[in-house]
Amino acid sequence: MTQLTDLTVAEIRDGFRAGDFSAREVATAFNANVAAAKALNAFIVDTPDHALAAADQADKDRTAGTLKPLSGVPIGMKDLFCTNGVQTTAASHMLEGFTPTYESTVSQKLWDAGAGMLGKLNLDQFAMGSSNETSYFGNVISPWRRNDGGNAPLAPGGSSGGSSAAIAARLCPAATGTDTGGSIRQPAAFTGISGIKPTYGRCSRWGIIAFASSLDQAGPMARTVKDCAIMLENMAGFDAKDSTSLDLAVPQWEAGLSPDLKGKKVGIPREYRVEGLDADVARVWDEGIAWLKDAGAEIVEVSLPHSKYALPAYYIIAPAEASSNLARYDGVRYGLRDLPDGANLQDMYAATRAAGFGPEVKRRIIIGTYVLSAGFYDAYYTQAQKVRTLIARDFAKAFESCDVILAPTAPSAAFALGDKTADPLSMYLNDVFAVPASLAGLPAMSVPGGLSKDGLPLGLQIIGPAFDEQAVLNAGLALEQRAGFTARPEQWW
Amino acid sequence: MTESTYRIAGATGDWEVVIGLEVHAQVTSNAKLFSGAATAFGAEPNTQVSLVDAAMPGMLPVPNAECIRQAVRTGMAIDAQINKWSRFDRKNYFYADLPQGYQISQLYHPLVGEGALAIEADEKAGIAEEKTIGIERIHVEQDAGKLMHDQHPTRSYVDLNRSGVALMEIVSRPDMRSPAEAGAYLRKLRAILRYVGSCDGNMEEGSMRADVNVSVRKPGDEFGTRTETKNVNSVRFVMQAIEYEAQRQVDVLEGGGRIVQETRLFNPDTGTTRSMRSKEDAHDYRYFPDPDLLPLELDDAFLEECRASLPELPDAKRARYEGAGVTSYNAAVLTAEVETARWFDALLDAGAKPQQASNWVSSELFGALNRLGKDITESPVSPAHAAELLGLVADGTISGTISKQVFEIMLETGDAPGKIVEEKGLKQTSDTGAIDAAIAKILADNADKVEQYKGGKEALFGFFVGQTMKAMQGKANPQIVNELLKKALG
Repeated sequence: MTQLTDLTVAEIRDGFRAGDFSAREVATAFNANVAAAKALNAFIVDTPDHALAAADQADKDRTAGTLKPLSGVPIGMKDLFCTNGVQTTAASHMLEGFTPTYESTVSQKLWDAGAGMLGKLNLDQFAMGSSNETSYFGNVISPWRRNDGGNAPLAPGGSSGGSSAAIAARLCPAATGTDTGGSIRQPAAFTGISGIKPTYGRCSRWGIIAFASSLDQAGPMARTVKDCAIMLENMAGFDAKDSTSLDLAVPQWEAGLSPDLKGKKVGIPREYRVEGLDADVARVWDEGIAWLKDAGAEIVEVSLPHSKYALPAYYIIAPAEASSNLARYDGVRYGLRDLPDGANLQDMYAATRAAGFGPEVKRRIIIGTYVLSAGFYDAYYTQAQKVRTLIARDFAKAFESCDVILAPTAPSAAFALGDKTADPLSMYLNDVFAVPASLAGLPAMSVPGGLSKDGLPLGLQIIGPAFDEQAVLNAGLALEQRAGFTARPEQWW
Repeated sequence: MTESTYRIAGATGDWEVVIGLEVHAQVTSNAKLFSGAATAFGAEPNTQVSLVDAAMPGMLPVPNAECIRQAVRTGMAIDAQINKWSRFDRKNYFYADLPQGYQISQLYHPLVGEGALAIEADEKAGIAEEKTIGIERIHVEQDAGKLMHDQHPTRSYVDLNRSGVALMEIVSRPDMRSPAEAGAYLRKLRAILRYVGSCDGNMEEGSMRADVNVSVRKPGDEFGTRTETKNVNSVRFVMQAIEYEAQRQVDVLEGGGRIVQETRLFNPDTGTTRSMRSKEDAHDYRYFPDPDLLPLELDDAFLEECRASLPELPDAKRARYEGAGVTSYNAAVLTAEVETARWFDALLDAGAKPQQASNWVSSELFGALNRLGKDITESPVSPAHAAELLGLVADGTISGTISKQVFEIMLETGDAPGKIVEEKGLKQTSDTGAIDAAIAKILADNADKVEQYKGGKEALFGFFVGQTMKAMQGKANPQIVNELLKKALG
């Protein structure tokens, strides 16, 4: 018999409904996997009781005939979502021990839909990072290893690296992620799973610890496109508590799934085929093009001329917002307080923030403070906002001649832990293909495309017009069916 | 417009004072600007605080439409341009009373643009004629919390009740030239806010406070360097701060010194100001658009509702009273406070004649309230009863003299004047027989005076009137007394 922990969200939901197994059996099986996978360091806090309680409720609901959309499905929750009564840290020392008295809108929606929580997933500190190495609680280790016989520990991607590693290692069938500049898509690509960042405003940001407010967007990560659709339907929706929330009905994305792309046009952005593009990445991209053609789509070349300015603009806007968003961690009301003997208020701020934030967070606060400073604001922040407008315009123009855009998710397969920590810029370059869609607020997803010559997963990215997650999911489904990606990491943990 | 003649006499000649005010007015609203938390004054510390006000992780601001509406109505009341598109910016700085580490304000695109208000001529205060004071903008922003330094020997406590409360910052042009003009501007602004209902104008409770910008110059010169005295919380203190600060600046300049642009604090006990921080160590606030909030876009229906809901404003009301025969002085007094104007309007609505009513309110009613130490909202006499009283005088039922007696009884008992007049038998008599009899007796008793009168000492007429009224216990109709006396004295 198939192990319960190998099932997808859809399979668990349907099997549970059909009476093939109980929700408690599912939760128990995943709890066991979580407990046995400490070596991956994917979770900051395990919450087996939460998963079991939700499962028991699901079992009761099944008897009573009051099933909910996600009854019986346990999931992982990125530790950036505030969870009532459960420690929420953003992987920082600053918030170590912080227990919210409130529940984020997205997590509440998932619990209301019947899901249970296996634990709070590790991430880059305050979601700042692309490798999970900035977590105060130690880096997550990818379950994947290269096929070279070496056991070099690899990065699971970031910032949603706990989510990606846990799903790839079958510790949970799905998890929440957040994506500010690729934090769902890049880790999904690195670990051979799927993940979608919806249109900015689809998922409420209320109760999600802010990194860069104009970019932050929650989305699901799972092993299949269908699972992403199911999860997203239960995460999205207008929220009056978030002024930037989209006041639109949530489409039935799962029911709308179709891999038939006849009559659709797929744009291939000329500027993404950069010189020195990794050969494996280029090969998988070409295969993706062929698969979508096979699915009935017409392939057209499109131009996104301002792409090369996206990364610099992103690394001005995101730190600028972060420098302000993180000002609230001052030791006055909650979280860490470092009050040296005889310290005054300024001393307390300095000591608390020096101790509470890691180096990458400090780096971005300093960059952000700098670019907003008098005399530099126009040269950096205003300029970056103009670039952002131009990038959005590039996409709008491209979507006049295509329905979705196909591109690589990341410029390489997963790198080894420690490889890029000494050089922040090379780390930032990992987001080069992901950031433009973030700046434009567009829906974008990563699906597994194949393996590198080292045996590591590579992702394909689909970017769609605003509000058209369905087009993105459908193209993702077409790719998924043709890629036949069945590789999974061998269990070594 | 004649320029103010207010001058500070210095050793090098006369100096002119240039004043601009930034008034922070707390918006009257049951809820804070972005959090929905309550805003009761004087509540126990930290009881009016939501998760948003405490800046808990992941919390987001949502604009309160009522606060926006009040600011828009205020803008309309000063004939200002209302910006249908405005935006919130973050003003970043660290302080323990500022939980977010930034204040949400509006730097680049305020809700309300250029407007103006007029201050009245006031000879005694040296304001020769009506003067228009420009208002540059009104924007809305969050208030901060409050630090309490007296609760513990070595620590400060933080009360976040005020944190996130909506303020309007009303920024004037540097159009004022004397402490009196600044005082008149503040009083007028306060009156307008209270008419509109957008701020209670209560300066003691901190609902309204002013940052006072002062510079001095030789008349006709360019503006001098200004200082800003923060958070002054009464009209009198604002005037004191200006006087002190202007004199200080003149002394510095004439002593060969230079004015530094700086922030100063006012000490109400001594009436002086002292330096708080200079421009060099001023904060770099790193303003940028708040990414948690979308630009504020107002539609025409919203603006129309705001406009339709505006009450009659002081200037219009004053013009209306004057048009109805009320003296200019009385009209100014009656419209200065919204409660007085409301009371007076109720009096007119109850049928009182404007001219007579205005004289009565400003002499009789104000005199009585003053004596009783009550303000008009606590008046023991209602506008309806007052109108009835004035009506009794107007239709000759009682005399003016008797009306004062009746009013005293009304103040004590709260009874209706008609009832009092009836019960006490105070009705004026027009019974010519009785009056004639009284006159006949008085003329007989005072034959000598009658002689004198007839001999040309006409001033004695008043004496006969007084004697007759006295004999009639004040209840005789004075007009009839006059007529009958004239006839009797031939």
